[in-house]
Amino acid sequence: MMSFISYFINGLSLGSVYAIIALGYTMVYGIAKMLNFAHGDVIMIGGYMVFTVVSTMGLGPVAGVLLAVILCTVLGVVIEGVAYRPLRMASPLAVLITAIGVSYLLQNIALLVFGSNPKSFTSVVTIPALKLANGKLTISGETIVTIISCVVIMICLTTFIKKTKAGQAMLAVSEDKGAAQLMGINVDGTIALTFAIGSALAAVAGALLCSAYPTLTPYTGSMPGIKAFVAAVFGGIGSIPGALIGGLLLGIIENLSKAYISSQLSDAIVFGVLIVVLLVKPTGILGKKISEKV
Amino acid sequence: MEKSNKTNFHLSKTLKSNLITYGIVIAAFLIVQLLINAGQVSSLMKGLLVPLCIYTILAVSLNLTVGILGELSLGHAAFMCVGAFSSSLFSISMLEAIPNSGFRFFLAILIGAAAAAVAGIIIGIPVLRLRGDYLAIVTLAFGEIIKNVVNVIFIGKDSNGLHFSMKNAMALNMEKDGKMILNGAQGITGTPKDSTFFIGVLLILVTLFIVLNLIHSRSGRAIMSVRDNRIAAESIGINITKYKLMAFTISASLAGVAGVLYSHNLSSLTATQKNFGYNQSIMILVFVVLGGIGNIRGSIIAAITLTLLPELLRGLNTYRMLIYALILIFMMIFNWSPKLIDLRKRFFHKNKAEREKV
Amino acid sequence: MKKSMKKLLSVTMAIAMVASLTACGGKSNGTATTESKTESPKASGEGSFKIGGIGPITGSTAIYGQAVMNGAELAIKEINAGGGIGGAQIEYNFQDDEGDTEKAVNAYNTLKDWGMQVLMGTVTSAPCIAVGAESSNDNMFQLTPSGSAVDCTKFENQFRVCFSDPNQGSASAQYIGENKLATKVAVIYDSSDVYSTGIHDKFISEAGTQGVEIVADEAFTADNNTNFSVQLQKAQDSGAELVFLPIYYSQAALILAQAKQMGYETSFFGCDGLDGLLNVENFDKTLAENVMLLTPFAADAKDELTQKFVASYKEKYKETPNQFAADAYDAIYAIKAASEKAAVTPDMDASAICDGLKKAMTEISINGLTGENMKWTADGEPDKAPKAIKIVNGVYTAM
Repeated sequence: MMSFISYFINGLSLGSVYAIIALGYTMVYGIAKMLNFAHGDVIMIGGYMVFTVVSTMGLGPVAGVLLAVILCTVLGVVIEGVAYRPLRMASPLAVLITAIGVSYLLQNIALLVFGSNPKSFTSVVTIPALKLANGKLTISGETIVTIISCVVIMICLTTFIKKTKAGQAMLAVSEDKGAAQLMGINVDGTIALTFAIGSALAAVAGALLCSAYPTLTPYTGSMPGIKAFVAAVFGGIGSIPGALIGGLLLGIIENLSKAYISSQLSDAIVFGVLIVVLLVKPTGILGKKISEKV
Repeated sequence: MEKSNKTNFHLSKTLKSNLITYGIVIAAFLIVQLLINAGQVSSLMKGLLVPLCIYTILAVSLNLTVGILGELSLGHAAFMCVGAFSSSLFSISMLEAIPNSGFRFFLAILIGAAAAAVAGIIIGIPVLRLRGDYLAIVTLAFGEIIKNVVNVIFIGKDSNGLHFSMKNAMALNMEKDGKMILNGAQGITGTPKDSTFFIGVLLILVTLFIVLNLIHSRSGRAIMSVRDNRIAAESIGINITKYKLMAFTISASLAGVAGVLYSHNLSSLTATQKNFGYNQSIMILVFVVLGGIGNIRGSIIAAITLTLLPELLRGLNTYRMLIYALILIFMMIFNWSPKLIDLRKRFFHKNKAEREKV
Repeated sequence: MKKSMKKLLSVTMAIAMVASLTACGGKSNGTATTESKTESPKASGEGSFKIGGIGPITGSTAIYGQAVMNGAELAIKEINAGGGIGGAQIEYNFQDDEGDTEKAVNAYNTLKDWGMQVLMGTVTSAPCIAVGAESSNDNMFQLTPSGSAVDCTKFENQFRVCFSDPNQGSASAQYIGENKLATKVAVIYDSSDVYSTGIHDKFISEAGTQGVEIVADEAFTADNNTNFSVQLQKAQDSGAELVFLPIYYSQAALILAQAKQMGYETSFFGCDGLDGLLNVENFDKTLAENVMLLTPFAADAKDELTQKFVASYKEKYKETPNQFAADAYDAIYAIKAASEKAAVTPDMDASAICDGLKKAMTEISINGLTGENMKWTADGEPDKAPKAIKIVNGVYTAM
């Protein structure tokens, strides 16, 4: 029983990271209607930034995370402006292939700058582990911080969208770009803002991901990125609570199937779940049905 | 768009275009053969001949899904994986039963193609209900599942026949004389080296024949109508699922053939991220995009160029992927950006008008 | 637009073809030998041995390829300075294979165009098997420093310097059993990796005979190799006294860090793949305290040969050599010894050299970095004793 709780909490922690990454996917998809394949690699860039600041320059973890957030925000906006904006009206296939190109570009830049050898990441979390039930159950500091950050981010983001003008603009753009523009909303600006927020979250996710699983390579972001996209689709793409639910469920499913079914097939199971969900309810758990216009 | 205009061409014109495509392949083959006979081809080039055929077939077959069917598949390498492993299993277990390597390889190709086609149908039925980005990510997911599953299959052979397990080699409980055929992640070793350049070129021609005929057939036009306007196609009574599945399965099966060539070209076959993972699928996609989506001849040229260049410029290897990424982004923006298309149209239009004046 | 693009591509293609064909016309080393080479006395013209090397210089296993490249280069420099092999100098050319089978075969063909007479490689197992099929076909002598899978020495032209995977698996089980390190052992291995599964399978079957009980047998895959919480939890719950890690150092570094995060204190035991652990950038060396590994080479060994090697390696490449560098160093000296024994000369072709070396390999005995009195059997296996190393105060220490 103790081990079940432990698997569950570790799954929750993994799921929280997926959820934060999935937020970036789901917001961008909801507003720009595109799959930002490069999102996972922004996480990796964030991770390297924290690593450089903390381990090479010797500044504190808070400074590291802050600088990473700033860098990734800028990076996100630049990527959107240079690579995606010219293709705003083009076919989805073209946009997706461009995004794949950006993903490869980021990976290979990191490869050239930092090399392919893995780097050991110094955790940004300094909270000691929590010992429960006479030491039978240990919850690491990283797990606690990850779960708390996820909840805090979720609350802030929901408030932002509900209460602020910019948030309302986002909602409007995601409903109908043309109508939003007619209402005087700056569509390009709103999309850029979405990318900025998504990328800032990616930087946070990068710091948390690398703290919990302390290694850093140019490919660190790609698998978690794909799984987080699965989570976003799982929860219903475009929906913020959906990203939370999808992320958490995915993390828990992954960890439990690793523990009780097969540690070799856990990825296959995660992807299998995605396929089943899409077939049964193609819009995900919380997604809404979009009727197609002729 | 240019592609859809093709269907309006007169038959003679398409026939001519097709014959040119076949001609290019045959001419390339003859030239290379001549050079080999004259002893002018380096070992590196000789070693690259079969991989060139493999990537050409992969690019052409993926173009069928991406260009003609209009759906983005990110799991193409998985079909190659299915073809490679099924045919390798066959060849190894039949090594003694069928000593004639030519006949055995012929059967192996059929088996690889059939296995990949079955995988294509099984995956296609659920996947093709989806569209766009969803379809892309699900094909990626299926590709990863196939690669993962292949890595946990253990097959061995002893005096009692075949043994199968999904746990580990010890779970097979084989007799002492037992021999592992497929040893999980350690893969298959000792596949006979049956792939030759001649067979490779023959298979390219077969692939081209199938794909080009399909495009210019009634079914091909139906498939393209689904791509260009699904709802319109459905409203005039075209069975969307049937045609989609048809294109997807043929594409998968041809990728399987490429897999057969792959596995019978190297003596050790393992399923890794590098050869059968989504990175490979994206690599093939780069060939298709660079050659022009929907342009079969372009796929061939791009596949050959992009396979040759990195080997010839081994020193530049570090920058290879970086350059590919940049080309990919640049090509997409250049070809698809509405503003640039407008600009280009105006520019070319002007040129044309000027030329006509002269 | 499509047309102009097509034209552009055809032109590129044509250029590529022309480039390749001119490259074929005899002087194929123009583009090929960019990686590394030693200054060879080309002026003297007559007779220098051409030794080729293949290994991953880029990609996830690059650290091994680079070590092998450097180790061999060091040995060749020394030999050339000391008069070469039977008076003939050595030319050296190392090609990248990115750890991929297809690239390895391409690299092999590139080296053949260069005129390679003896192959020292490849570094990792699966490429080694693929190249083996080619080299046996050409009858090219192949000595792999570190290709440890059984099939790496399948053909009679293939030999290796390191231990084979099953050999490491049984040696580890025996070592743990004989030294009573533990009776309950948990194993965490990479089920998608040839090296790891090779050791794992043999270890499991050998453990029983050594009175070692396997209480947890957990796998992970290359796609899922960052989160080890489940595997470690299972090892902890099973009451294992020791965790056996037949894996590479990069994942091992993660496992050690995560074990600490979850407060799991146990001892860890690994094979030669763990070598390199202390070189991971920014790695907290205290995590690796008391980790044991079975490897034939320790950089802090007191013998003269090792100390000389480590000193000159450090001077040239600014890092402490690992076992792979030592394997490669020994490989080159083994080739030298065998060549001298067989009295081969550089003007012989690769096949004739191979015939000579094949026979000579079983007759020589060398004192190398990775073992004293190393001998080889005709099936390509080295005969030497494994050493166990323990990490104490952040350095490898012989046990």
